[in-house]
Amino acid sequence: MDGARPLLELTGATVRFGADAALDDVSFRMFPGEVHSLMGENGAGKSTLIKAVTGALALDEGTLTLDGDEVRFPTPHDAQRAGISTVYQEIELLPNLSVAENILLGREPRAHGVVSQRRMRDQARGILADLGLDIDPASILGTHSVAVQQLVAIARAISTDVRVLVLDEPTSSLDLDEVGELFRIIRELKARGVAILFVSHFLDQVYEICDRVTVLRDGRLVGEYLTRELLRIDLVHKMLGHDVSDYKARQREPVTQPDAPVFLSARGVTARGIGAADLDLGEAEIVGIAGLLGSGRTELARALTGAAHLDAGIIRIEGRAAHLDSPRRAISLGVVYSSENRRAEGILAELSVLENITLALQAHRGIFRRIRPARQRELAQSWVEALGIRPPDLDRPAGTLSGGNQQKVLLARLLALAPRVLVLDEPTRGIDVGAKVDIQNLVGELADNGLSVMFISAELEEVLRVGDRVAILRDGRIVETLRSGDMTVDSLLALVAQPDEQEG
Amino acid sequence: MRIWRHRLFWPSAALVVLVAVNAIARPQFLRITLQDGELYGALIDILRNSAPLMLVALGMTIVIATRGIDLSVGAVMAVSGAVALTIIDGSGDPGATGTVLVAVVVALLVSLVLGAWNGFLVSALGIQPIVATLVLMLAGRGVALLITGGFITTVNSAPLAYIASGYLTVLPFAFIISVVVITALGLVERRTALGVLTEAVGINPEASRLAGVRSRGIIWGAYMVSGVLAGLAGIIYASNIKAADANAAGFLIELYAILAVVLGGTSLAGGKFSIAGTVIGVLIIQTLDSTILFLGVPSAQSPVFFAFVVVAVVIAQSPRTRNALRALGGARRPRAAASVQDRPKVEVAS
Repeated sequence: MDGARPLLELTGATVRFGADAALDDVSFRMFPGEVHSLMGENGAGKSTLIKAVTGALALDEGTLTLDGDEVRFPTPHDAQRAGISTVYQEIELLPNLSVAENILLGREPRAHGVVSQRRMRDQARGILADLGLDIDPASILGTHSVAVQQLVAIARAISTDVRVLVLDEPTSSLDLDEVGELFRIIRELKARGVAILFVSHFLDQVYEICDRVTVLRDGRLVGEYLTRELLRIDLVHKMLGHDVSDYKARQREPVTQPDAPVFLSARGVTARGIGAADLDLGEAEIVGIAGLLGSGRTELARALTGAAHLDAGIIRIEGRAAHLDSPRRAISLGVVYSSENRRAEGILAELSVLENITLALQAHRGIFRRIRPARQRELAQSWVEALGIRPPDLDRPAGTLSGGNQQKVLLARLLALAPRVLVLDEPTRGIDVGAKVDIQNLVGELADNGLSVMFISAELEEVLRVGDRVAILRDGRIVETLRSGDMTVDSLLALVAQPDEQEG
Repeated sequence: MRIWRHRLFWPSAALVVLVAVNAIARPQFLRITLQDGELYGALIDILRNSAPLMLVALGMTIVIATRGIDLSVGAVMAVSGAVALTIIDGSGDPGATGTVLVAVVVALLVSLVLGAWNGFLVSALGIQPIVATLVLMLAGRGVALLITGGFITTVNSAPLAYIASGYLTVLPFAFIISVVVITALGLVERRTALGVLTEAVGINPEASRLAGVRSRGIIWGAYMVSGVLAGLAGIIYASNIKAADANAAGFLIELYAILAVVLGGTSLAGGKFSIAGTVIGVLIIQTLDSTILFLGVPSAQSPVFFAFVVVAVVIAQSPRTRNALRALGGARRPRAAASVQDRPKVEVAS
């Protein structure tokens, strides 16, 4: 492959935002028929590089060549016409339109100048069938799960004559089967000679699917490597730029006393998507929640924190029945929830970091007991320092922070409430290795200080490592709760994936 | 920070240009005279006449900040005026201050109830604001006509006339009302957490709910504020013409109020809002109105003139226009769907 000419080549690329360079003299190339991964922490310049390639951002310096010809893409549309399609991390589709309309948006088949709904549906059905997806093209996109929407976004990207496909964190909302499905599609496209840029925080996936890796750090190129020649530990080392042992997750002392006082106990909790769930959260205990997408992980979290309506069941806090009918009520009882959907249900993008951090505390105190501005600043500053939020600028709109830092801002918002129970739904999804380990360690420390934590993650390895116990969810039911010390990733995987009829 | 990046720069510039044009066209525009301890002049007239629109637009600002809109303000003005004047008309002593005071208080309470009704539809029943307030927009004038019995109620009452045309020390009383309301809203927004919580609800209702913000109460409250302020505007309007005209009171004022809010730089998408911006927006509209009168534009054509100026101001304010002017001939079309990360880091201003 090295002898071949690169299909796409970026040379000496520099992109500046004001004074700081988000991308500094980076060179990058992709060969036809290869899967290439772009690795780096958040803020390393991955997104900027992708945007430079796809025409969403203009290069301040450097050149981009496609098939040997120098090109410039003033808009993403121009890049798409040249055969470069992109699926962004956050789905950018129109939930109120049909699946078919989303796939063919801007390229609707026309009959006598009028959009032909029938031909559009047929075309969309064909594209979906190529992907092995059985979705009604006439259905409204918003009625489907995030995973299906993600696959529709991919269908849209490959429905054009694609030569370069950019997938930015395509797997963060997919479950194991769907990831397998996606990889099958990637391999097929690869065989057709498409160059695929695959960006993911999951190292396993990178090693499974990618031929070559380019590593970025602080906007600079670290190097380009063949995946099979690069040890994982070396890859992580190159991404972080310092010794990995600094980042080693701290080993928690397992909670040894089995009868640690129970802080929150749920019995027969039933809500939409979750049935008759029993769960105890002990003081100073982390309970991991493992389950496939759609197994009721999020529904359980929302039912326990007042975010969703409870159809039946009882929740006791320190033995007393608690009526958690709103997040506000739950907060007043010390139960806080961080949604898996950081952008839609977490961060307030246009408010500053300071306002985001102090929001929940201010709401809890009420409108008229305003926290003094000096105190707000002090409080936010202390959390920014404690959690290592970067950049440490309190007045910056929170939406401009990287995913990992937004997650830390959300955690700071909740921790400022001095909660007793912390329910974290996928707090490490789509964030870089450094921030991930930071958050895992933080959760451990909080538990050591007496907090009860419910920790949800799609990554079983993480659930097992962080949790003292793990509750396994299948089809909206808690099928088992086991000590994490008694399980391996494989045995947990077997429990999570086991079809119900084969139980026992 | 460069000054033209400030969100109030363009609205202020537009106002200054308008005033300058007037001053050049008729130097007496800027002249303010003191007669019997009361100030007179074209500028004073603008401040006085802007009071009803000012009050309505301020309420509208709060509602828009919550991602809502209140189309019923004109109708609420009509109801409020009808209630107040019917009470004064029916009382034995229309000239007594006490009578007028009672009438004003009752009219404001009725307006509060109407605002609460809007708030109930939007926050408790989850009806889209434009639909929810459309109900009252259409029904309100009917209610007002019902109250006045289908007639234009006219009264002769000195205390009532004082509200719109009287002077408190050297300044018109109506202008003082505006100032008091602007100050009160500014203080409530700054000295309590209401401002930031309102913005949070407007930016992302679900995230705010999960953070424990009482979104329902905040949205409900916004419509109540809008209702009361519209009611107050209705009383000033009625006082000015000394009559309750259910059809003419506050006619189309909802659209001018929305325009004032937008001219002031508050986005219709909700979230970040600016009281100062709205004040400037109202003054632009009122100055424009007076300019049209002065230039002697025939009344039939004045909306066209008005439209041209508004279009010019709105286009000048659009960030896209300014970007496009800068990169004239560059990109064929503005970049679609730029995410928050793409935006230049200048919005932190406020």
